[in-house]
Amino acid sequence: MLTALSVTALTLLLIYSMVTNALPAIQKFGWHFLFTSTWDPVKEIFGALPFIYGTLVSSALALLIAVPISLGIAIYLAELAPQFIRQPLSFLIELLAAIPSVVYGFWGIFGLAPFLRTAVQPFLSKYLGFLPLFQGQFFGVGMLTAGIILSIMIIPTISSISREVFLAVPSNQREAATALGATRWETIRLAVLGYSKTGVWGAVILGLGRAIGETMAVTMVIGNRPQISVSLFAPGYTMASVIANEFTEATGKLYLSSLVEIGVILFFLTLIINGIARFLIWKVSNKAKGRIRE
Amino acid sequence: MEKVKVEGLNAYFSNIHALKGINISIKEKKVTAIIGPSGCGKSTFIRCINRLHEVVPHAKVSGRILFDGKDIYSSAIDPIEIRRRIGMVFQRPNPFPVLSIYDNVAAGLKLNGMKRKDDLDEIVEKTLKMAALWDEVKNKLNASGVSLSGGQQQRLCIARTLAVKPEVILFDEPCSALDPISTAKIEELIFQLKENYTIIIVTHNMQQAARVSDYTSFFLLGELVEFGKTQDIFTAPKDKRTEAYITGRFG
Ligand SMILES: Nc1ncnc2c1ncn2[C@@H]1O[C@H](COP(=O)(O)OP(=O)(O)OP(=O)(O)O)[C@@H](O)[C@H]1O
Ligand SMILES: [Mg+2]
Repeated sequence: MLTALSVTALTLLLIYSMVTNALPAIQKFGWHFLFTSTWDPVKEIFGALPFIYGTLVSSALALLIAVPISLGIAIYLAELAPQFIRQPLSFLIELLAAIPSVVYGFWGIFGLAPFLRTAVQPFLSKYLGFLPLFQGQFFGVGMLTAGIILSIMIIPTISSISREVFLAVPSNQREAATALGATRWETIRLAVLGYSKTGVWGAVILGLGRAIGETMAVTMVIGNRPQISVSLFAPGYTMASVIANEFTEATGKLYLSSLVEIGVILFFLTLIINGIARFLIWKVSNKAKGRIRE
Repeated sequence: MEKVKVEGLNAYFSNIHALKGINISIKEKKVTAIIGPSGCGKSTFIRCINRLHEVVPHAKVSGRILFDGKDIYSSAIDPIEIRRRIGMVFQRPNPFPVLSIYDNVAAGLKLNGMKRKDDLDEIVEKTLKMAALWDEVKNKLNASGVSLSGGQQQRLCIARTLAVKPEVILFDEPCSALDPISTAKIEELIFQLKENYTIIIVTHNMQQAARVSDYTSFFLLGELVEFGKTQDIFTAPKDKRTEAYITGRFG
């Protein structure tokens, strides 16, 4: 009880101090701050839209790539892999989560970005270039690179939690499907995936949370340009990166408080996303109300 | 007519020898009860018949089980096919919790590739009626399967099994988690089902075995001690151990 209260108090204190610090920017720009995209420290005009856009797009991209791969890994580890490689492989994947993000960033700059620039982006533009998503110059760094790096960083999280969720499915569910004449895959689909929907949602949300808040690696590969471009090849900027990059050099009061306001937005964005996630989980688990009675 | 003939069946869990040289012959469209103390291998035995034993890691089987004269353990046989023809109802009701009542019953049909809504509707209604559940659920077919009571859930699982039209149905203590009224309903159901199905039922309940079955087999420590007409087993058992068990003097 006391802990719960103190945590709430701490959160409120955090919000209070952030909002006070952001007040000059809030008063100056009002709602425009959220919907305009000029970021000009010299003229002291600030709009956060490019950063919000960058965070949302890079995270969405990361999920798009990471979720199917992670589920594949988790299903393999929990259901298909031969017994003797399950443990070592799971351990290896969990190890990936422990690598500091700056290391991912370095690898992104020196390994992934050049590879994307010379191999992947020309390929995409050749075959999918009719889509605005894959048009424009090849820089290497940019939204696509950030999305891929983020996806690699959240795969360990999503896959190891999903794996545990799958392992927690009672064997009587699998046997129910098998006894009906389901093949191995059908058993997985019918008994395992259905039963663990809620938990997998949780895993995905945790991954999303990590992607949204990730700072270092993204800053190193996204290009850090406050612009909104439909092309995934173009550089972008995220909320977390702009705070990390510009906080130390933010001289003006308005400049500083604009950065703090971005922090406030980041905070509420995570809150809203968590809210949506909880709602979805609530809906899913409501459909499957109660446990199997015994 | 014999539907299932078991010859020299041995089953193992890694190094545990759970079934030892079982020979038994199951008559078509009759109810055969399997009785015996806990841990004697009753579940293992019926799980060998639909090839479910082998999905347990490190589990092994040897011997032959002839189903309509063909050995289900021969390499030419697909276990999936066997499991469609030999259905199973488990001790604990295990409906799929994310599926609706309707979809639980239709699950096996959809696996078989049946897609037409009319066909599905018809079979779902028919099997729910056979499982004596239709009247209780006809107005909430879209509710979750686990929103039902334990007894209803078990009848739902029976409907799910019936829907794929098996020839043999294995029941593993289907009433052990249920109240007396639900138990009576399921016994009644089994009685009706034997007109069209061959039934093997594991039970801990001697009265139940006597009430529903035509044949009874008594297992002890992984061996088949005695097998015969239920009447004979309960009135004039040949083996001392059978007599001791059914009169409640051990186990
Ligand atoms: N998954 C398993 N792994 C290892 N041994 C097992 C496993 N399942 C069962 N056994 C062993 O096999 C033997 C037979 O078990 P089985 O479940 O067939 O007994 P049962 O007659 O069905 O008992 P009950 O009446 O309690 O259900 C027991 O000695 C049991 O300990
Ligand atoms: Mg048992």
